[in-house]
Amino acid sequence: MTARTDKIDKLAQHTARSDAGVSLAAAAWRRLRRNPVFLLGAAIVVAFVVLALLAPLLAPHDPAEPMLGDQVVRARNEIPPSQPGHPLGGDQVGRDLLSRLLVGAQQTLLVGVLATLIGLAGGLVLGTLAGALSGWVDTVVMRVVDVMLSIPGLLLAVSIGSLFAQPNQYTVILAVAIVQIPVFARLLRGSMLAQRHSDHVLAARALGVRERAIVFRHMLPNSLGPVIVQATLVLAIAIIEAAGLSFLGLGNPDDRLPEWGQMLGQAQNVIDSHPELAFWPAGCIVVVALGFTLVGESLREALDPKSRR
Amino acid sequence: MLRYTVRRLLQLVLVVVALSLLLFAWLRSLPGGPVSALLGERATPALRAQLTAELGLDQPIFVQYFKFLGRALSGDFGVSTGVQPGDSAMEIFLQRFPATLELSVLAILIAVAVGIPLGYLAARRRGGVLDNLSVVGSLIGVAVPVFFLAFVLKQVFAVELGWFPTTGRQEGGLDATRVTGFFVLDGLITREWDAAWDAVKHLILPAIALSSIPFSVIFRITRASVLDVLDEDFVRTAESKGLTTPVIRRRHVLRNAMLPVVTTIGLQTGALLAGAVLTEKVFAFPGIGQALAIGFERRDYPVLLLLILCAAGVFVLVNLAVDLSYAVIDPRIRSGSGGGR
Repeated sequence: MTARTDKIDKLAQHTARSDAGVSLAAAAWRRLRRNPVFLLGAAIVVAFVVLALLAPLLAPHDPAEPMLGDQVVRARNEIPPSQPGHPLGGDQVGRDLLSRLLVGAQQTLLVGVLATLIGLAGGLVLGTLAGALSGWVDTVVMRVVDVMLSIPGLLLAVSIGSLFAQPNQYTVILAVAIVQIPVFARLLRGSMLAQRHSDHVLAARALGVRERAIVFRHMLPNSLGPVIVQATLVLAIAIIEAAGLSFLGLGNPDDRLPEWGQMLGQAQNVIDSHPELAFWPAGCIVVVALGFTLVGESLREALDPKSRR
Repeated sequence: MLRYTVRRLLQLVLVVVALSLLLFAWLRSLPGGPVSALLGERATPALRAQLTAELGLDQPIFVQYFKFLGRALSGDFGVSTGVQPGDSAMEIFLQRFPATLELSVLAILIAVAVGIPLGYLAARRRGGVLDNLSVVGSLIGVAVPVFFLAFVLKQVFAVELGWFPTTGRQEGGLDATRVTGFFVLDGLITREWDAAWDAVKHLILPAIALSSIPFSVIFRITRASVLDVLDEDFVRTAESKGLTTPVIRRRHVLRNAMLPVVTTIGLQTGALLAGAVLTEKVFAFPGIGQALAIGFERRDYPVLLLLILCAAGVFVLVNLAVDLSYAVIDPRIRSGSGGGR
């Protein structure tokens, strides 16, 4: 257990030690602007977010309605091919694939962002409690976190996902989010512990600043660097794990508002005859996950004081 | 060192007991439950009540837990209700564990055999074509959902090209002798070469799919670690001492760069089971992962409980092994108390 937890701790200390404030951020930004890896990742992320937000306006058709009324005659098991007005054809139930991918971007963004925010919020509360109060609170919180970290991520998500009788989009989000809580908690605690004896905290304490203010004004803001980096990476992980849940039959069965992982999960049934129905959502997931990972990794590199030389 | 090991092992016991309690409560609160899974939705209430009593599910949860704990200590984890109804959970575990172990070992071997040399070469030629290509490849390796990669591999190399079998562990018609439960090993021991080769062929595609994430992570850590070490003063010292390049690389660079890599290999091995759930489902590979996937579907409590506990136990044990191996690789740790938290 320690090996994995050590890694998180080391990451926490790493970035927390560099409490150089603005200058670090400025230096990091200067490096990022010239980093092609970051620029590529950022371009993907921006394009994804814009498409996701504008999806309802851009989608040419209703993602929930089959292409009836068009020239399509829906025979049994017949999947509409590409045709005028429907450049990517239809899905296994004859709904416009392009529209579903576009609306899917929105739902995928929702799943990623909500799961990350919930994981982040839970981790912030637990990590701050443990890091700020120490003593038995720290011990209890960290034991719980360690037990959670001793189960491989997807397995934990599957366990949580199967707790609900009727899976829906929010149970998927919750399952993916809870897995990330211990990671954020450990990261935050580590970086707050690293600051406990650093000069700015000692100075604040000597000046008689109240403990609560020290935690919230001095320690917490300085711990946010590694947390933000981790959040960027978790966005990608959340999208991929949501797809895994769908594949195992624990996804959202209501597909009127599609999500890429769900589309990919459902396309498995027809993958032999129509692999393209799986390739489109899978490709989208890969590109977007890649985008967030590129941004996260280059942020980590830029914020790492060791790379400042 | 011994005290440290003992303390860690005690911690392991604590984690497993805590986890068993958590899982027990958790699995009991799953919707559906084994009674409906076994009898279907239309069973009469009387029949349901009878089976509930037979399975002991009508008793208070704490009574159930302590009964379970008592039996578990003697190796009895109950009878499967869904994965292979009638078989004991332990039997299922013993039958399937070798399959997943074979798969995981091959996956990690692939990841290490490709990841470490590639990471080392990429670091030595930083910014070169090989470096850039492999960095991009490793990032994609993490971004592709494992089950989708498994599907693509299966479609291309098993269905279209027919180079590999599509599902299972062994062709039915081979009638191979079973000795250990490890099919590859069995074939080698009994000198049934065709059986061994057949088992290997069944392993290759799932192992490649499973190795995608460990490979990416091992590659990236190796590269970063070698880059760090190449910059260290002792490398420059060794160079100025006039040591030959191969000696510097082997004794100074590689040895010092391996510490974080070993950690990573351990972590990735422990986490493989998550990927195995997905990969084994795609290839209908009869291992632990497939049993877990079916177990969740059919609410097979005894099997789920045992398998998840074992997964966590293996995970923690592997991490302990990693921490202990530090001492072997890095003499500086040997004198200290060893990896504190």
